[in-house]
Amino acid sequence: MSIFIDGNTRLMVQGITGRDGSFHTRQMIEYGTAVVAGVTPGKGGQTFGDGAADAPPVPIFNTVADAAEATGANATVIYVPPLFAADAIMEAAAAGIPLIVCITEGVPVLDMTRVYPFVRDHGARLIGPNCPGLITPGVCKVGIIPGRICAPGPIGLVSRSGTLTYELVDQLTRAGFGQTTCVGIGGDPINGTNFIDCLSAFEADPATTAVVMIGEIGGTDEQDAARFVSMHMSKPVVGFIAGRTAPPGRRMGHAGAIISGATGTAAEKVHVLAESGIPVGDRPVDVVSLLRTRMAAGSATGKAPARPAVQRSAG
Amino acid sequence: MNIHEYQAKELLRRAGVPVQPGEVAETAAAAEAIAARYGTAVVIKAQVHAGGRGKAGGVKLAKTPVEARAHAERIIGMSIKGLVVQRVLVAQAADIASESYVGIIVDRVSKRPVVMVSPAGGIDIEEVAATTPERIRRVAVDPRYGLQPFEAMQCGFFLYRDLHRARAAARILRQLYEAFMDSGASLAEINPLVSTPAGELVAVDAKISIDDNELDRHPELAALRDETAEAPSETEARKANLTFIKLEGNVGCVVNGAGLAMATMDLVKYYGGEPANFLDIGGSSNPEKVVNALRIITSDPQVRVILFNIFGGITRTDDVANGIVTAIRQHPLRVPLVIRLTGTNEEEAVRILAGAGLSAMTDMDEAVRAAVAQVGAETAA
Repeated sequence: MSIFIDGNTRLMVQGITGRDGSFHTRQMIEYGTAVVAGVTPGKGGQTFGDGAADAPPVPIFNTVADAAEATGANATVIYVPPLFAADAIMEAAAAGIPLIVCITEGVPVLDMTRVYPFVRDHGARLIGPNCPGLITPGVCKVGIIPGRICAPGPIGLVSRSGTLTYELVDQLTRAGFGQTTCVGIGGDPINGTNFIDCLSAFEADPATTAVVMIGEIGGTDEQDAARFVSMHMSKPVVGFIAGRTAPPGRRMGHAGAIISGATGTAAEKVHVLAESGIPVGDRPVDVVSLLRTRMAAGSATGKAPARPAVQRSAG
Repeated sequence: MNIHEYQAKELLRRAGVPVQPGEVAETAAAAEAIAARYGTAVVIKAQVHAGGRGKAGGVKLAKTPVEARAHAERIIGMSIKGLVVQRVLVAQAADIASESYVGIIVDRVSKRPVVMVSPAGGIDIEEVAATTPERIRRVAVDPRYGLQPFEAMQCGFFLYRDLHRARAAARILRQLYEAFMDSGASLAEINPLVSTPAGELVAVDAKISIDDNELDRHPELAALRDETAEAPSETEARKANLTFIKLEGNVGCVVNGAGLAMATMDLVKYYGGEPANFLDIGGSSNPEKVVNALRIITSDPQVRVILFNIFGGITRTDDVANGIVTAIRQHPLRVPLVIRLTGTNEEEAVRILAGAGLSAMTDMDEAVRAAVAQVGAETAA
């Protein structure tokens, strides 16, 4: 089992003929993902691919609606330039695609204020933008997370970062902790899926036995997630927060990684997580040992069943 | 991207907002001439991207043109929070009956633009929020419909009891909202919005920040960037497509990815070191980026050791290795180098580095400890 993507995922790629889109489409096909359609306006009728990994060539369409109708795609991944990303997301939502993963970095935040309610009104789930996507190891990869650092197993992972996610996934895998699904929700101030959406999905996924959440400075998403964990989760959660040394008021690469006034600091987040029963590693390497301890404790004492989680309608 | 007060006021003026008249001067003589032309008392205001200008002596009232000249002479060239004042705004002094705050930000919780107003103007809104939050009214605007007249009027009556000024404030809010959306701003505020004894409203100070991601869409706003108002290393980094923030320590960091870059800085600190910078070389690998990154970091005389932390995904570690070798051939390093790289094309990267007499580690924790130890060893020696 897994969350959001599995063996039934039929993936469409928006921007399949671009530099990033074509490179990562090959990687996803090699990983075993069923890539069923591509979209590039003006290239409808062409095909993508050379039969690598015994995969059939991928048909290309001019619009998402055409591609969805012809192929029955049930997920899409977006690799278009930043100023076109909002339109690409809305096009996918309007075509009825239920899962939209936007990899693009640099989407204007005001664009996202319009996209978010549009996606929600169409009942779709958006992951990202500015995210590495997600992977269900051994089954399906949507986005850019390197497949070789992941392994199947019982750990759910959710993160706001890209390469820091790889660092921690790699350490988990080396320590023998495989993953159900790893989700990168993205580092922008407005994104489609938040920590709570992923935590509640992991709580509901029978194959996931523990969760690692990787946050960073800026905003209150981690704090909200911590309160959710203490109220609604029976499974152990351990955390890591990046940006303890970040100066206030400066944007640390990610558009969302900025400390405003006294809110959004790493110290505040570490404190709230710890108070909510989520141990936080001082170093990335500590996450593995914390996880080992929590899983041993969890199976020995058996935490009391949590109250049922409120289902959130995430955009 | 922050723009100066005079630039923000010009955007507001074009949107129809009543703005205190003023002009920019780069010399004391020009300031005197503007004051003489106005024939009123003027305020001389330093144009720098720093808060607390008044406390630093960068804002002065001048009753005569001669006084304006004297103030401008002192303010131009003065340093406020490390930034040298290049120009001043010479503005007609306003008669102040009361001061309010009006502003718009993008709120990550409601995921909407949020209009904020407060009758407690002239002071930092974060201070008002901390001490008297009941004196702030917020409206989360649905961007699909825009700021509605009734929402603006609610804010207007929160600020003023009389219909005349409530209407005027509502009009200004809608104009501010238009300017905010049209310029792709992440923040736009008028503080203070002054009510004169005659009951007229006028914007006396203004601040606008543009979302960097909007600049490709607004070349006219991108042109407002004042490079003299930024650290030179940050300007150079931006031109090289690197995200760079200078800090006070001595361990130079070159990392791919923002989250890993922050985690690397944190680990440097954990082991007793101080990071000299945040630097993200980004996802797509390109040896040229690494060359630029090394040049920017080595130009900081405080840097005593350089730490690379590269987790290859999209980034090819052999590209990074090529960049390191090229950079060192061009400019031999005067500080030790600690390299951690793992991931895509790692074997090739190690071979390239070995060819130049360099070695690499694969473990992040070990590499950070080694880098911090270098600084310690040097200090002890």
